[in-house]
Amino acid sequence: MSEPTDAGTVHLDRVVVSLRDVHRDYMLGAERVHALQGVTLDVERGDYVAIVGPSGCGKSTLLNLIGAIDQPTSGSVEISGKRVDTLGDWQATSFRLRNIGFVFQRFYLMPILTALENVSLPMAEAKLPREEQRARAAELLSYVGLSNRGRHRPSQLSGGEQQRVAIARALANRPALLLADEPTGELDAHTGADIIALFKRLNGDGVTIVVVTHDEELANAARRKIHMRDGRVVDDAGGHA
Amino acid sequence: MRLTLALAALVRHRARTLLAVIGVAVAAAMLLDMVMLATGMRESFRQLLLSRGFDIRLAPKGTLPFDTDATIPSVGAITTVLRSNPDIREISPVLGSSIHIQAAGRDVSGSVLGINPSVQGDYELLSGTDVTEPGVMVANDYLLGLVHARIGDTLSVATGYDPQTRSYSGQRKLKVTGRVRFIYGAAEQASAAVRRETLDSMESDARRDRASLFMIRVRPGADPDRVRDWIETYIPTVSAISIATAIAQVDQRLSYFRQLAVILGAVSLFVGFLLVTTLVTVSVNERTGEIAVMRAIGVSRDHIVQQIVAEGVAISVVGALLGLGLGLVTARYLNAILSAFPGLPTAIDFFLFQPQAAWSALGLLTLSGIGAGIYPAWRAASLPISETLRREAIA
Repeated sequence: MSEPTDAGTVHLDRVVVSLRDVHRDYMLGAERVHALQGVTLDVERGDYVAIVGPSGCGKSTLLNLIGAIDQPTSGSVEISGKRVDTLGDWQATSFRLRNIGFVFQRFYLMPILTALENVSLPMAEAKLPREEQRARAAELLSYVGLSNRGRHRPSQLSGGEQQRVAIARALANRPALLLADEPTGELDAHTGADIIALFKRLNGDGVTIVVVTHDEELANAARRKIHMRDGRVVDDAGGHA
Repeated sequence: MRLTLALAALVRHRARTLLAVIGVAVAAAMLLDMVMLATGMRESFRQLLLSRGFDIRLAPKGTLPFDTDATIPSVGAITTVLRSNPDIREISPVLGSSIHIQAAGRDVSGSVLGINPSVQGDYELLSGTDVTEPGVMVANDYLLGLVHARIGDTLSVATGYDPQTRSYSGQRKLKVTGRVRFIYGAAEQASAAVRRETLDSMESDARRDRASLFMIRVRPGADPDRVRDWIETYIPTVSAISIATAIAQVDQRLSYFRQLAVILGAVSLFVGFLLVTTLVTVSVNERTGEIAVMRAIGVSRDHIVQQIVAEGVAISVVGALLGLGLGLVTARYLNAILSAFPGLPTAIDFFLFQPQAAWSALGLLTLSGIGAGIYPAWRAASLPISETLRREAIA
């Protein structure tokens, strides 16, 4: 599945994310932009990885490739032992639904749905029985500290509460991997700290997390920090050794 | 969940959705009216022809009933020939003519039918008694109003009038015995009916033993078209018109009308289609980030397409249901205007409501809603997820 990386020894049976010499180019007008230039990376089960770096260094592109919502120009991406860079749209969608949870900067909850319904959405898509959806959604909302806010719509929730609902939604189908793109970007320091604490708790409970952030506190909370510049990994503090 | 999300997307911009629904309702009303117009007059005419149970009409060769002043000679002889066919059950010869009635120092002109009251199919009695004896007449309210007459009054009725000498011919005193409504008559047409022998006695010798029209009932189970062919073979001086051939001729005459209705209906359908497409496309463009996130968390393209098509269908169906009501109201109003057209039978409706027309309009609009949702749905399903999220983040 995976080979040893420059970062150190890898426990093959524990690797969740494995990228090998990944390049991603895209066109910006007439100009070809090299967003990623030969990234090789492994993330083990239970890792809590923060990807940091200046804007435009390729952090989000890397996260999108790990999340199977983009495909590399070259190189390979494996998630839980499955090559996702070669999947067709239908397979990639189905894979994301069951294996990857996403958290975004702007929450993107469905405004007309209640918190419970928003959390149930991926489970409904996965065709889980309705009763199971309800029970698990309630359990997840309770986990993120919103057990009494299930019937509220996003407009009735604060930014921090909305982000917690989004995190509960990301965990709905028990994914192998939780990906977060600037999850504290729209929150004040106090609320951001709550989310950081929640991420730590999630990781402590065994959830593998990869987070892209400019937030120093969030990055420092991670067990491993990957620095990127110009589409390359320039430092991997806490990498597998 | 998909239906909930589709409705949620519509409810999010209530005013905009309401305006679109109203727009679709207007288009649907127009479409329903055009469908009703395209088929209504034909159906109304068919019902009119069938209303008195006569299957075949005989008119002078090459004409339609009462289309010209031409008449069929030798009524007695023709009746004898017709009676020889066992499939013919009833024969009702009708002679049409004009009448002149002097009332309050002025001449009131109208039309009169000479009929046999036991088999007539031209009018229905509203009050009084029918023309059960010679020397009596029945008339419609319009004629009675013009001559200020009531049941029981006696009128001086003539079949000819010379305006230069102000002299009447074929004049006779007739007592009004009943008020009637002429089935094939126009609203503002002064009309009366007398027994055929009464009218014969008032006409000149040249017009005696003639009929403008024969109405024929065939025996139950007999084929009217076969009887019609038999009549045309044995009585070459007449054109025999069955209900099917009459409708075919009406169809031919109404073809321009129908084409116009089809074109206007298609235009209104297209306008409704564009309206829904525009609204749903705008809505999708506003939600690209939301849609990209749904795709990212694992919602399939098919489900995105279904949700957005459902939005188009929901607008179309709600608009169509409102439009059906609006269409019926406008059809009634337009029908009143068109029915006042001079010379048209009052029983003819231009806009005849038929459930099939309503279902057709609703079906077409639902299909249009599906079609209208397909383009924005395709756009939404084709959104590149990562690029859309990047654009959203930059925005």
